[in-house]
Amino acid sequence: MGEVIVITSGKGGVGKTTTTANLGTGFALLGKKVVLIDADIGLRNLDVVMGLENRIVYDLVDVTEGNCRLKQALIRDKRYETLFLLPAAQTRDKNAVSPDQMQKLCKDLAQDFDYVLIDCPAGIEQGFKNAIAGADRAVIVTTPEVSAVRDADRIIGLLEAEGKSNPKLIVNRIRPHMVKKGDMMDIDDIIEILAVDLLGIIPEDEYIVISTNRGEPAVVNPASAASTAYKNIVRRMMGENVPLMSMEADSGFFSRLKKMFGFKEG
Amino acid sequence: MFDLLQKMFGKETSKSKDVAKERLRLVLVHDRVNVSPQFMEVLKEDMIKVISNYMEINEKDMEVNLTQTNTSQVALVASIPVNRMKRGALSGE
Repeated sequence: MGEVIVITSGKGGVGKTTTTANLGTGFALLGKKVVLIDADIGLRNLDVVMGLENRIVYDLVDVTEGNCRLKQALIRDKRYETLFLLPAAQTRDKNAVSPDQMQKLCKDLAQDFDYVLIDCPAGIEQGFKNAIAGADRAVIVTTPEVSAVRDADRIIGLLEAEGKSNPKLIVNRIRPHMVKKGDMMDIDDIIEILAVDLLGIIPEDEYIVISTNRGEPAVVNPASAASTAYKNIVRRMMGENVPLMSMEADSGFFSRLKKMFGFKEG
Repeated sequence: MFDLLQKMFGKETSKSKDVAKERLRLVLVHDRVNVSPQFMEVLKEDMIKVISNYMEINEKDMEVNLTQTNTSQVALVASIPVNRMKRGALSGE
């Protein structure tokens, strides 16, 4: 029985889809069988980030409405045999799938896959509730900005209300030189305010833009800083104890941070 | 020398991350306090029940609110006008 993990954020544009694509690919790199579900019905995007947009025949709503079998809607990745995508429907609204249907779908997929990753739509409305319905655990993505952290706090509260406690946090787009100057909140600040466990930090990396342009998740390129960060997160999600990576602008802060957050997976 | 000047200067102007953190703290206290009016009503009714064992209160003018203290903790603040104490309750009989 595999694990169902939802990647969520509250605020849009913080890197949920990129994170889902990279974590999923990261699991596949380690030989795990993974399926990525794009739960952002009406605004699908995980397909283009994965470079699989021109292979879509059936989608998530086709499966739940019985227009096709689940296996028919799964798109196998170009590069990795064990990586699959279940795309979102683009022509439907977010109420096309119910929480019950989503729960059943996740359960079915967890029979065949080691990891089921769900790319959650931004916001706190029905789409969010549908996306989290079948999840065993939740990963929250935020950036070090007031608005993103605030929305992450809101999401933590809503997850708890839905019985999904103990979510893990990924802080995306950290700029070490700005943190060093005191012009960007550091990890300690964010963790203290949100009171959740840290899963990992992703440095701002120009290569993310290039990888998204090409439809090849950055985690594949060993030369990118974000790649190492994503790989570390994947290993932590598999239960390994991986210390936080040191960043380019390695200051007292980051070495201190590494000591403080010897990662503990719950 | 330059470093020293920068340090002194940096100490006097507040860093933008500290501003962000403070603003975030405030905004989250307000967000987290945002409980439903129904919840507050139920809480108020329960409080009336308990307090009425000891004193006669003016329920109409009673106010129960969540606010924040200056240590940015959430506080429950109740203003309950008391009409008179119940003698029996005071003597513990």
